[in-house]
Amino acid sequence: MTETTNRARPISGPVLNRSLRWMKENLFSTPLNTVITLLCVYIIWSVLEVLVSWAVVNASFGAAKEACEAATGACWAYVHDMWRFLLFGTFPADQHWRPLLAMVMLTSGMLLSMNRRFWSPWLAVAWIVGFIAVYFVLRGGVLGLPPVRTAQWGGLTLTLVLAVVGIAFAAPLALLLALGRRSEMPLIKVVCIVIIEVFRGVPLISVLFMASVMFPLFLPEGVSIDVLLRAQIGIIFFQAAYLAEVFRGGMQAIPKGQYEAADSLGLNYWQKTFKIILPQALRLVIPPTMSTFISLFKDTSLVVIIGLFDLLAATRAAVNDPMWRQQFIEAYLFIALIYFCFCFFMSRYSAYLDNDLKKSTSH
Amino acid sequence: MSPKHSKKSDVSPILTLIYDKTFRSVVYQILVFGGVFLLGWYLVSNTMANLEAQDIATGFGFLEREAAFGISESIIAYSPASSYGQALLVGITNTLKVASIGIVLATILGTIIGIATVSKNWLLRFMGVTYIETFRNIPVLLQLIFWYALINRGLPNIRSALNPIEGVFLSNRGLYIPVMADHPAWSWVGAGFIVGIIGAIALRKWSLKRLEATGHIFPHLSVGLGIIVVVPFLVWLVFGAPMELNVPAIQGFNFQGGARMSPEFTALLLGLTLYTTTYIAEVVRSGIQSVPYGQTEAATSLGLRSTWIMRLIVLPQALRVIIPPLTNQYLNLTKNSSLAVAIGYPDLVSVSNTTMNQTGQAVEGVAIFMTVYLSISLLVSFFMNWYNKRMSLVER
Repeated sequence: MTETTNRARPISGPVLNRSLRWMKENLFSTPLNTVITLLCVYIIWSVLEVLVSWAVVNASFGAAKEACEAATGACWAYVHDMWRFLLFGTFPADQHWRPLLAMVMLTSGMLLSMNRRFWSPWLAVAWIVGFIAVYFVLRGGVLGLPPVRTAQWGGLTLTLVLAVVGIAFAAPLALLLALGRRSEMPLIKVVCIVIIEVFRGVPLISVLFMASVMFPLFLPEGVSIDVLLRAQIGIIFFQAAYLAEVFRGGMQAIPKGQYEAADSLGLNYWQKTFKIILPQALRLVIPPTMSTFISLFKDTSLVVIIGLFDLLAATRAAVNDPMWRQQFIEAYLFIALIYFCFCFFMSRYSAYLDNDLKKSTSH
Repeated sequence: MSPKHSKKSDVSPILTLIYDKTFRSVVYQILVFGGVFLLGWYLVSNTMANLEAQDIATGFGFLEREAAFGISESIIAYSPASSYGQALLVGITNTLKVASIGIVLATILGTIIGIATVSKNWLLRFMGVTYIETFRNIPVLLQLIFWYALINRGLPNIRSALNPIEGVFLSNRGLYIPVMADHPAWSWVGAGFIVGIIGAIALRKWSLKRLEATGHIFPHLSVGLGIIVVVPFLVWLVFGAPMELNVPAIQGFNFQGGARMSPEFTALLLGLTLYTTTYIAEVVRSGIQSVPYGQTEAATSLGLRSTWIMRLIVLPQALRVIIPPLTNQYLNLTKNSSLAVAIGYPDLVSVSNTTMNQTGQAVEGVAIFMTVYLSISLLVSFFMNWYNKRMSLVER
């Protein structure tokens, strides 16, 4: 509250005066605040000193491993040597343009979908076509592309495929589950409640175990489903259960009058849901929806436990290489940075979209 | 909804039936439920056929059999000669151990960082937000693997263990700290502690009753805390104040004495705590910000002291907002502890995994750990519903 009053006060005068006043108000307002500020400066300084001297000052940026012998800090030759492996996993080396193309398609599709101008039913059609294209680019076997088994898909490519496909299918499934849970038909309601609560009650790892170990037992003999697809379905159901509760929260927040007004206009169930309720409800739950998507992105890393070769698994394999055994800090920090960039970008976008929609509805 | 006044002769009875809302809802429900039932029946019959074809035993008889695998750490009695049931019990206790310690640490750290993010000091706020953004945007599994690698590969071996404080040793075999030597007094001190807590609760009840009846204020909080501290201390004195320490020391190839935190446990605890802290900090921040400043102003104008304002006005209202998402985070931490399987800490999932590999009974193994997690979740959500009902605003 005091922050807002501080901000509301008009700050004028020359730049130096202004910044001095700002510092006085925000950093040195009381003796205790001054002590806290000095302590913070000390902590930030000592962390930065260690980090910068390790990652920059004492680091070796050469492309060859030999250059690292002299350096006491980080050995960035690791990244130079391993980046292809981290991006593409064990995909055949002469075919690397294919996962690269798939990643470009997926990320550009995501970026385009973030723009509100493109929000229309055609976007869904475009995504379905896009997924089919990505699938064939990776799998090959058409147009003279040599086929590549899904077991060879890996690295960041696999992480992105799992995350983007997961988001694209978890959202509609979550919508159905949420509508089912709010439905007046008792049997449908029970089915949806059981699905949602079971998936929310267990850890994702147990869902993945079920997909990898138990699921083959469920199928008749001779029928098998690819392990990648099974894990993908597990991730979709798991996150859809969480997302369904987010959506349900939004629908509950819509005043009863809106439902009654839609009924009195003579709209049927689907018209009421899609034209009146959902546009308002989904707008309310943008931050929790995006944070579910962010968890989905982070949770794709769990597939390493059931033996899929995603970004984390590739890194783990890389640091078990005797040549790079000592470079595990560089290796893990490097992919931590990759994950961080994606997640941070998504959370910034969520804040932007939330603000933008609030602005556009307020007048 | 079927309009009775419409001319019935125009519409055929079948069409009326098709457009009837109740009829439609019954048909939909039969279709969905029948579909789910058929799917379930199909999967179960397939599973039975497969199990029979592969000659895998079914049922929970294996729980009685000898496990014949070792578990690196356990707080209950276990040896490879114990049964699979005992091994799974070790897994459950290990899960609960790391989850409960992690919950306590993450709550303390999360509260501190949450308060830091609403501080008036810009730099402190900046540090809090930086911490939150950094650790919540990196997958928790990556953090676990990183801490484990750091301990396992980054720290020196036993011979040249780091010795930051007298008696504390840090090496790639884990953390060794001195503990109090065995003495019968310690179990009595523990009993004294529990008696102290019961006494403090009774004191609080009595003082609130007296407050209602007479209006006299009794400082039950400070006196109660005093009881909790003094009773065990007196018990300790009665037993002759044992002070002997059990300090770890190198003997042969390993440390003897003291208490040990294994690298797996340390990495898991560190990773889970640092990750969950970010979420708890956000919960605490939103809780504090949810209490309007007018409440504090109103309390001040009523003449309440600032400690009373915090305890009686701000905290109860903030906790109403904080506790539901907080329990959710506790559940998340417990569920995330299942990632222990990636770094070899013998938690429930990890032990079940070994059991499944040895017996081949994947269905039962997955069913057991899913049931355990599901019952923990359901218990907590029952508690939450009870709490919400108790705490929800009663409008008069």
